[in-house]
Amino acid sequence: MTTTSAVRPVATDQQPAAAPPPTTRPDHAPALTVVPRRNPWTWVGVAAVAVLVAMFVNGLATNPGWDWPTFARYFATETVIKALGTTIQLTVLGTVAGFVLGVVLAAMRLSPNAFLRSVAWAYIWAFRSIPLIVQLLFWFNIAYLYQSISFGLPFGPSFGSVATNDLFGALGAAVLGLALHQAAYAAEIIRGGILSVDEGQREAASALGIPRRRQFLRIVLPQAMRSILPNAANEVISLFKGTSIVSVLAIPELFYQVQVIYGRNSRVVPLLLVATVWYIILTTLLSVGQYYVERHFARGSSRTLPPTPLQRLRTRLAAFGTSTSRAAGTTTAGVAR
Amino acid sequence: MITVTDARKNYGSFAALDDVSLDIPSGSLTALLGPSGSGKSTLLRSIAGLEGLDSGTVTIEGRDVTNEPPQRRGIGFVFQHYAAFKHMTVRDNVAFGLTIRKRPKAETDKKVDELLEIVGLDGFRNRYPAQLSGGQRQRMALARALAVDPQVLLLDEPFGALDAKVRTDLRQWLRRLHDEVHVTTVLVTHDQEEALDVADRIAVLNKGRIEQVGDPVTLYERPANDFVMGFLGSVAHFGDQLVRPHDIVLERDRATALALDAKVAGSPGVVEAVVERVVPLGFEVRVDLRADSGARFAAQITRRDAADLQLREGETVHARAVGRSSVVEVDPALAI
Ligand SMILES: Nc1ncnc2c1ncn2[C@@H]1O[C@H](COP(=O)(O)OP(=O)(O)O)[C@@H](O)[C@H]1O
Ligand SMILES: [Mg+2]
Repeated sequence: MTTTSAVRPVATDQQPAAAPPPTTRPDHAPALTVVPRRNPWTWVGVAAVAVLVAMFVNGLATNPGWDWPTFARYFATETVIKALGTTIQLTVLGTVAGFVLGVVLAAMRLSPNAFLRSVAWAYIWAFRSIPLIVQLLFWFNIAYLYQSISFGLPFGPSFGSVATNDLFGALGAAVLGLALHQAAYAAEIIRGGILSVDEGQREAASALGIPRRRQFLRIVLPQAMRSILPNAANEVISLFKGTSIVSVLAIPELFYQVQVIYGRNSRVVPLLLVATVWYIILTTLLSVGQYYVERHFARGSSRTLPPTPLQRLRTRLAAFGTSTSRAAGTTTAGVAR
Repeated sequence: MITVTDARKNYGSFAALDDVSLDIPSGSLTALLGPSGSGKSTLLRSIAGLEGLDSGTVTIEGRDVTNEPPQRRGIGFVFQHYAAFKHMTVRDNVAFGLTIRKRPKAETDKKVDELLEIVGLDGFRNRYPAQLSGGQRQRMALARALAVDPQVLLLDEPFGALDAKVRTDLRQWLRRLHDEVHVTTVLVTHDQEEALDVADRIAVLNKGRIEQVGDPVTLYERPANDFVMGFLGSVAHFGDQLVRPHDIVLERDRATALALDAKVAGSPGVVEAVVERVVPLGFEVRVDLRADSGARFAAQITRRDAADLQLREGETVHARAVGRSSVVEVDPALAI
């Protein structure tokens, strides 16, 4: 039964990195440059796309229909900026409330209790099935179903009540709708993230004498963040754009205000452009933020972190510097010979 | 002292632990040795509390911990598959058990420095586990397990995922470490060489039962049964007995073989065999043989003896067995 262990060269921990293969290139020979092979069809494609892009840019600049002067006049007016503020407010509130509820739902879905599991499942099933716009209209009309909401013990005495319409202004209905909708998606993302963390991590924490709750907070959650974040960021971005749906509730957010303005002056296209450009700017900012947050949570998941765009630029410049100086060196050597 | 009494663990109708009882003396390095699926991990994880027993008890240093969760058993555990906390640096991994217990920072730092030095990772404190080699990761895992001053250290095939050279280096390192820190250690392994090399006591497991417990020499030289004998080293079926291949001596001359064999009391006799193959194994040579009866067996002899005998394939030799201690009766089911 003795295992005759196969003798093969194995790298031990401390072994130094293998020396680079000896290069015998004489130093006066010009260095060969490696060029990727190009397919002729690639060039045809590049040409076709380039023509289309040129036509589009040309159209943007020259077609009077875009009406850039009107765009410029409205782009940063007070009304638009205020509306943008409302849009951001809706996004932030919807995200925060949505993810808080999402965490609760995810915990319920992972709970050993079958009742909690089924309730969470049913919630997610229902809210993913109902279109957001339908839901929003429901919440907007909630006062029709329940005229007042009372605070007290369930089925017991009431400590006081408020008229539903006072509690749920249009804005309240919008935030509620967005958050409830968001929670269903957030719950699934969070649950998936938690499940993606290897069970061994929790066992290792138990063996170290760490109580369950802290195992979750200190070990599981930080690692789950790695798979939660990209999806969560996509959710935030789509929620941000999704706020435009709230215009059906006549809330003065960006898209609604733009519609109001072009309703008055009939300059539809430039005003849609105003909204579009703002959506693009903010989505871009969110994406940049997403990149850095993800990078932060990627610590330890790979041997080296990808460089930030700034670092990449710096190495490019450095590489450019050395390549020019090397070229200069070769020339002098050539001259010397 | 760790005492396991009548431990039973069933998975459905399958008994992963079949009434196992075992004493592990304080300060020892005990190996749980057995083939894959024999219940080694189940036994170790039951001691750790990572697995609950269906019946039976576990006590650690006199304290009944059968119903305690792992975090209250005073153990350190190292897993085969690196369970390093991937989002923490080496330093934070090792310190984690202490930080979570809110020990003063100075004390934690001192302890971590000390341990990183013992495991030879002082230069790596700010790396993440992904930036370490497999061997370094397991040494980090060991430091992390030792940081909380466990009463017992439990290792589940800690070197199983490493390559052969690193594995031998690390197990000798573990032996020295144990001589330094003296913590009661239980090592699970399926590799008999590893168990013989590092452990001062070995428990051999098979099909959820313990076959034999003892020190390496006893187990190797006086195996309780065929299974233990076969698992601790290679065996040759010689006549109607099991013999270690290096306890077989080959002679050219039948008369010499018979004369020498007569001096070995209770020996299985002299077997005439044809040399089928001579395989150099480095210091030793393995000679594959075929007896008159048609049974095949192998003898392991030194290179010098092989040279003296001038063995060639197809030639006839006379084999006899020495070293009676390792000779046991063949289980009829295994006989050829
Ligand atoms: N969670 C489980 N469910 C079902 N069977 C299991 C489980 N864990 C272990 N077993 C079975 O119990 C036996 C012993 O397993 P284990 O202790 O891991 O063996 P070893 O560590 O000796 O290789 C194996 O046959 C394995 O298939
Ligand atoms: Mg195992």
